[in-house]
Amino acid sequence: MIIGSGKPIKDILAMIEGCTKILIIGCRGCVTVCSAGGEKEVGILASALTMARQQEGKPIEIKEMTLERQCDPEYLEQIRGVVDEYGAVVSIACGAGVQFVAEKYRKIPVFPGINTNFIGVTEEQGVWTERCQACGDCKLHLTGGICPIARCSKSLLNGPCGGSANGKCEVNPEVLCGWQLIYDRLKELGRLDLLEVIIPINDWSTSRDGGPRKIVREDLKL
Amino acid sequence: MTSDSRLEKILERGEFTVTSECGPPRGADPEVIRKKGELIKAAVDAINITDNQTSVVRMSSFSSCVILKQLGIDPVLQMVTRDRNRIALQSDLLGASALGINNVLCLSGDHQKFGDHPTAKNVYDIDSIQLIQTVKRMRDEGKFLGGDELKGVPRFFIGASANPFADPFEFRVVRLAKKVAAGAQFIQTQCIFNLDRFRRWMEQVRDRGLHEKVHILGGVTP
Repeated sequence: MIIGSGKPIKDILAMIEGCTKILIIGCRGCVTVCSAGGEKEVGILASALTMARQQEGKPIEIKEMTLERQCDPEYLEQIRGVVDEYGAVVSIACGAGVQFVAEKYRKIPVFPGINTNFIGVTEEQGVWTERCQACGDCKLHLTGGICPIARCSKSLLNGPCGGSANGKCEVNPEVLCGWQLIYDRLKELGRLDLLEVIIPINDWSTSRDGGPRKIVREDLKL
Repeated sequence: MTSDSRLEKILERGEFTVTSECGPPRGADPEVIRKKGELIKAAVDAINITDNQTSVVRMSSFSSCVILKQLGIDPVLQMVTRDRNRIALQSDLLGASALGINNVLCLSGDHQKFGDHPTAKNVYDIDSIQLIQTVKRMRDEGKFLGGDELKGVPRFFIGASANPFADPFEFRVVRLAKKVAAGAQFIQTQCIFNLDRFRRWMEQVRDRGLHEKVHILGGVTP
């Protein structure tokens, strides 16, 4: 899923400065699962902003809403009519959600209430880690199901640099060396032979480097 | 001989060979490089020039190599894949060859986190092994990575590094084998502080017959 995390309240206060009525919208998708942008977090953010603005002597009226998803147009229709009553929207969906709201409601400023961090997994309660960079050309069959692009700090395709020590990446002792993980897994699978092969220079055109991406499925279009 | 490199000549003759390393200055003064070059010129066969080592901005390896070349020294151009994509790397390889640089050492480079610009974006379009392939392709096939023909091919003696002291230990010799397969003709190891580990690594190197395919220069530091 897409993992997000809250922005500092002072940053959001700076965005909404001058607004007297705002709408905060959450999303029941990924950001609910990672406890960054669901109904509960909408409530917490609304309370925090209300209190802060009261302390500043600039009270604010806040409406709270949480949509099924902010990345599908039909759910965004649920705020049509409502949104016009507010000076600004703070969306605590991922960056896709924030942008889709802004696209659909062009006259009202839409502000991001969270940072969108990465595509990842819940390692344990309260701990999320990155797994995928959406490069658009999956090579996991070559690397034991562990992605060197996402999990090596340098996205190296042919093995670990000299900074791999005791299973950790030199960039941060909290980070596991992606290539150590790949090595260990391929060893378990009896496929260390895969590491002898040079992975050729990558085609990054399927990644962000090719420009904003689009997928069209003619079989699904109405 | 694949190049006009003095280093290649001496190594191919099987003579004891000494190289050294010069860090370029953190400024535009060429005298710093000249002074360092003159100091060690008589004692070494070639001098490596680092490429923004530890991700700290310095005078470019390329220009520092040209300065050394003017003193009659055989410079080794270190190139990391951290800061330049395949377009810039190939372009600089052509320029370096045109200015009489005969040796290139292909590296991935230290992560920018350790340098003086830790908020920089890294490139890593290709990795060090793929850079070796790139230089070899330009030299031996006379082709750019994109497939077009070069008008005038660069003649480089191609080098790479090896770090027998990083992990996973068993993978280190595999990395070396891949570098040799990619086209590396000489290897400069990281500084050897752990002789026992170096000995075990060299056993693996000999088991694979790599010592007969590539010149290995052991790294020592005072």
